[in-house]
Amino acid sequence: MNSASTQFVPSRRMGIHEPIHQMAMWGDFKGLDTSPPMILEVEAKLDNQSEDTSHGIDGPSNKYDQEASKPADKVLRRLAQNREAARKSRLRKKAYVQQLENSKVRLIQLEQELDRARRQGLHVGGALDNSQLGYSGTTNPGIATFEMEYGRWVEEQNRQISDLKNALHSDIGDVELRLFVESGMRHYFDLFTMKATAARSDVFYLMSGMWKTAAERFFFWIGGFRPSELLKVLLPHLEPLSEQQRLDLCNLGQSCQQAEDALSQGMEKLHQIIAETIAARLLGDENYYQQIGAAYEKLDALVRFVGQADHLRQETLQQISRILTTRQAARGLLALGMYFQRLRDLSSHWSSHPREST
Amino acid sequence: MEKIVKLASENGILIMSKSSCCLCYAVQMLFQDLGVHPLIYEIDHDPEEKEIEKALVRMGCSGPVPAVFIGGKLVGSTNEVMSLHLSGSLIPLITPYQALSNVK
Repeated sequence: MNSASTQFVPSRRMGIHEPIHQMAMWGDFKGLDTSPPMILEVEAKLDNQSEDTSHGIDGPSNKYDQEASKPADKVLRRLAQNREAARKSRLRKKAYVQQLENSKVRLIQLEQELDRARRQGLHVGGALDNSQLGYSGTTNPGIATFEMEYGRWVEEQNRQISDLKNALHSDIGDVELRLFVESGMRHYFDLFTMKATAARSDVFYLMSGMWKTAAERFFFWIGGFRPSELLKVLLPHLEPLSEQQRLDLCNLGQSCQQAEDALSQGMEKLHQIIAETIAARLLGDENYYQQIGAAYEKLDALVRFVGQADHLRQETLQQISRILTTRQAARGLLALGMYFQRLRDLSSHWSSHPREST
Repeated sequence: MEKIVKLASENGILIMSKSSCCLCYAVQMLFQDLGVHPLIYEIDHDPEEKEIEKALVRMGCSGPVPAVFIGGKLVGSTNEVMSLHLSGSLIPLITPYQALSNVK
């Protein structure tokens, strides 16, 4: 051990340097140690020594008298070890407290981000650890813009749903109702345009569905809802239908399904090709950047696929509106809007009421 | 471009494609599902690939692949094919070729 003089700095809590006071300080920091082996080792030493010093508890003077007969350097060594251990313990405590402080700051930051995101209309989980904040929103300006715009899109959607509800319950004429239908359709088409721009920023983000709520994600297909599902959701709410309409809708459903299947198969092939590109020549790193570059190019195809899927959604909506009367189309749009609203509400309820494990 | 015109006129349904293009594959699957077997011409295996691409773009194909020709006429790329199919107009276009493909 080093010279006792440099380490003989009485702590604030100690008046006079005495081994017994040192041990009291140890006890306080026992729970905070981050290097158990060392503590145990030193405590073992202290335990050995405590047996010695306990004999001298009768009175300080007795203890020192007894120790005067032992080799002085042994005592000094013990005292030095005590101080060293205490010093290290203090440092560990300081580090731990610093860690807590940092976590506190980080927690405040996260809560602020969450608050901001909620105000922008995003549907995020109630608890921070139920984190749907897995997006790169804060670092990618294109995506940050998209999220903001999507938040506004949802608000506008909710407004349109309630307007449509009121319109259908009033005795509004077909001409006026048509306006509602057209603005409703345009609203969906606006979303597809927004998505196309976002896809160029970060197609993975778009395809992950992180910008949508959990229940909507469950039904996800290439960056959005399944057009064929759409028809199935709407059909019961469009009655009464004429025979021709029923036939047309049936044919539309079949064509839609076929188009979806074709795109799904194309996606599978793309998965395969990208996986093969990434997995090719894994060993031998002279090709590393070439491989990454090749995989990168393939990812461009993803952007086209998302665009194609959105195109299918748009075409399906347009075909439905061509087959239906204005009033039927209005009911259909309302049903569709409420369907998505329900999915969003379900997600929101789900995440703020975590189910207890049985 | 002559090569394209020739190919299109000789084959009822022609898809100009690239072997790596997955949208081309999707369109191919759609036609198969509808019971026809178009000729798939992979331009990336053609030495004149770049010229063919430019020609397809000039003809109005946004892809440039897939470029779908039916009865010698350019129908378009994936967008156009999907729109036609959803509106019910694709099947009438390919019906003449359904029987023929089976005979092959």
